[in-house]
Amino acid sequence: MIPRPSGKIDQDFFVVARDIKYTYEGGIEALKGINLRIKKGEFIAIVGGNGSGKTTLAKSLNGLLRPTAGSVDVAGRPAATMTVAELARFVGYAFQNPDHQLFSGTVEEEVRFGPKNLGMPDGEVKKQVEHAIVLMGLDGCRSSQPLSLTLGLRRKVSIASVIAMDPQVILLDEPTTGLDGREMSDLMSCVRALNEEGHTIILITHDMRLVAQHAKRVLVMAGGRVVLDSDPAGVFSDLEILQSSKLEPPPVTVLAHRLAEFGIPLDIATPEQLVEQVMALLGGKR
Amino acid sequence: MRPLELRDVVFTYADSPKPALDGVSLDVEKGEFVTLLGENGSGKSTVCLLANGLIPHALKGSLGGSVKIFGFEVSRHSVAEFATRVGIVFQEPESQLFCMSVEEEVSFGPENLAVPREEIRDRVEWALGLVGMKGYNDRSPFSLSGGEKQRVAIAAALSMHPDMIVLDEPAYALDPVGRKELYRVLKELKDKQGMTVLLAERDAEEASEFSDRVVLLKAGKVVGSGKPREMLKDPDRLRSLGILPPQLSEVSTLLNRRLGRSDLEFSDVPGSVRAITRLLSARDGGKA
Repeated sequence: MIPRPSGKIDQDFFVVARDIKYTYEGGIEALKGINLRIKKGEFIAIVGGNGSGKTTLAKSLNGLLRPTAGSVDVAGRPAATMTVAELARFVGYAFQNPDHQLFSGTVEEEVRFGPKNLGMPDGEVKKQVEHAIVLMGLDGCRSSQPLSLTLGLRRKVSIASVIAMDPQVILLDEPTTGLDGREMSDLMSCVRALNEEGHTIILITHDMRLVAQHAKRVLVMAGGRVVLDSDPAGVFSDLEILQSSKLEPPPVTVLAHRLAEFGIPLDIATPEQLVEQVMALLGGKR
Repeated sequence: MRPLELRDVVFTYADSPKPALDGVSLDVEKGEFVTLLGENGSGKSTVCLLANGLIPHALKGSLGGSVKIFGFEVSRHSVAEFATRVGIVFQEPESQLFCMSVEEEVSFGPENLAVPREEIRDRVEWALGLVGMKGYNDRSPFSLSGGEKQRVAIAAALSMHPDMIVLDEPAYALDPVGRKELYRVLKELKDKQGMTVLLAERDAEEASEFSDRVVLLKAGKVVGSGKPREMLKDPDRLRSLGILPPQLSEVSTLLNRRLGRSDLEFSDVPGSVRAITRLLSARDGGKA
């Protein structure tokens, strides 16, 4: 028998999208054919300008939107045959605006709602809620009213209520928008912890500094297509694709490109990386 | 008259136990571009809301000290009186758009001031041109992207021909290129129209490039005020204030530390390129 390599390859992937398209009512074509294969445990950033299709793609992966063409498989099953509730156990989605998602009287009730609604046994619900609350650092405000909390904490509650359903993949739609520096690094260290537990993270963002710090793989979107799928180094060394996708390269990346004649690599994305390179050049000749 | 003069201002929102501003004194000069930087809860938005009288007229609380807008004591004049001098743009454009078309939205303010029809038309075109939204006149604001909505909100503020524009984190929903464009528009308004710009931000990256002065806020107090270079050169201090430091100042601070010097201070790409080129060339020169 001749093996079927494509089937075998796809088995290694937890989420597979084949040529998916999405057209909104009124004819706006937000996705124009996306192919994507995602393994368990990846940390992927989806970047692109306003209106590039990032959110539409994310919602197409967890059934909040059903592609108008093409297909999505999740955990080896066609997503089209699964309900949104079934999909939520595999792919969780935290909204950009947490207030679209919060409605309960206390943080704990909010976090409990998802797993309870999925019909998890009580013991399991309790375990998941505790895990989500502790991991997101919400222990101190479990009986607070979600909408009375600061934006940074509301974001964390909305993410906790997603992870309490124990999805393998967690989609975070611009989770740092509106957060200050402190709240941002606090939130991102929680997200890292989730990734270290084995969760696949898909982070939708504009912030190239976050991408540089956290992502292992970057999808650049423009005009409803993935125009680049690469490791962060590949993205940061391509200033043209960043600019044409309405993404400003971080200032240190621009600086590195201007210093290329000294042998500084083009894929610099953080101040630390640049300083290491400069120090190596200085030290090497001493 | 100074666009804004705060003297020992203490303001506590009606529903809050502790003051949002706790003894703030701050002057904004005519034609100045001032960026207020601070973490969430530091008092940035409260300063913005005071600068056009929404505090204390629309948002209640107890106000102490003195607030003067173009020389007028804030509590003695209505928001409508200040509206012709001060335009305000909020973080969420949805909170201020309500008309059926972009054109109606942008002409709403001057119509209320009974500006002649012809002039309104000119102002709408001028304002839409400035924010890069020419030709969007008949579109519904609600069909626009987040970034486009924000530009319409700014055009609506500009069509009033204010002397000062106040923006509370206006780049919140914009992609990076949209952010840069917005800042360029604001700088152009300042340079070409002499407009005073007061901006609240959380991210220090653009503040250094575009503003004349940076004011650092923490827990309702001014903890620094001066040239952007001076205010943004210490990344550790900025981080302790909950502000994301600019990357280039991080680079120079790290290099100083590693090289045991204290003179490097990067604030823009060309300057940083020159300084690092000097460092690396000196190495080659020393060897020769």
